Amino acid sequence: MFDAFSNALAFSLLGLDPASRTGAAVQFFIMDVAKIFALLVVVIYVMGLLRALVAPEKVRAFVRGRPDWQARGLAVSLGAVTPFCSCSSVPLFIGFVEAGIPLGVTFSFLIASPMINEVAAVILVGVLGWKLAVLYILAGLVVAWFGGLVMQRFRPERWVEDYVWKIQMGETVLPEPDTSFTGRHRFALTEVREIVGRIWKWVLIGIGVGALFHGFVPAGWVSEYLGGDKWYTVPAAVVLGIPLYSNATGVIPIAEAMLGKGVAVGTTLALMMSVAALSLPELLILRKVIKWQALALLAAVLAIAFTLVGWGFNAIV
Amino acid sequence: MKQIKILGSGCRNCEITANVIAQAAKDAGVEVEIEKITDIAEIMAYGVMSTPGVVVDGKVVHAGGLPGPDQARAWVRD
Repeated sequence: MFDAFSNALAFSLLGLDPASRTGAAVQFFIMDVAKIFALLVVVIYVMGLLRALVAPEKVRAFVRGRPDWQARGLAVSLGAVTPFCSCSSVPLFIGFVEAGIPLGVTFSFLIASPMINEVAAVILVGVLGWKLAVLYILAGLVVAWFGGLVMQRFRPERWVEDYVWKIQMGETVLPEPDTSFTGRHRFALTEVREIVGRIWKWVLIGIGVGALFHGFVPAGWVSEYLGGDKWYTVPAAVVLGIPLYSNATGVIPIAEAMLGKGVAVGTTLALMMSVAALSLPELLILRKVIKWQALALLAAVLAIAFTLVGWGFNAIV
Repeated sequence: MKQIKILGSGCRNCEITANVIAQAAKDAGVEVEIEKITDIAEIMAYGVMSTPGVVVDGKVVHAGGLPGPDQARAWVRD
């Protein structure tokens, strides 16, 4: 459906040549804009209707006071289903600390949350197929689990800013959600508006970069320099992803274009994870609650983890 | 007069929330006092982690995400 639509628009209406670079890029752009935004709206609406989005206050209540492995398991899986706005990472961090949740568990949550979410998961399936979606999600869960565990080893408590320990969190009964159909519908619409309003830029930029890659980067160049047998492609992808920030949905079209040109699966996954979960602007927000030593450690742990994941997949796929 | 507090560390959504409530109060012809709380310790003291949060007369009525215009109308009315 999206294929036919984008072909018609790019080649018939705009009169572009399907064999030309511009033609290929424009067709890719139109197809992904239509497909990804349609999916985004539908998925967010349905999730909103089911009220499947878990609030961080609830996560905190679930996780607190549990033995370490249970807490971590919950943090990683709830992180994966919690839509994440980087603007709430600071209150979230403080809330977890105040609840006595171990820092390693909090880091597991903070790693999983931007990297995996159910909206991105559905779009991954829609654009890249379920196999890649499963690979990405599994790799993300594993990295979040062990990333938090490794962070814990370094006793990150000493790097938490002093004022964080002093904050007392109030107990409040949050308003009960309206569970009638009208209430759910209204909630779902607000979610769509809010989330799409927040991430559309990243998605559009991602599609733009994907389209340029698809149209203008020759497959021969890719196989010569970015093939799976080149060991340096994975660390290069991770390093490239650090200054770049996008959300998990925004990197999907880039991954689509890369895979289409024959970039190895591990290299692509490493770039996706690095862009979504490891980025300077994101880390700098956390500087309000932890000292730079902890940030540097977190960046290093993640960079090493993504590199290992990338090499692992390149070796087996 | 109702005292409405917007909890949020100055993100864009907090601004929008404040505007939505101010507009709702204006439409309803009700005078309200809107105060923005940006201090993280104070926000957390309300038990809110996801911003923007809305507090009406000391009671948390909303946490996380943008409130709908009809919600805002209900808050400014009694």
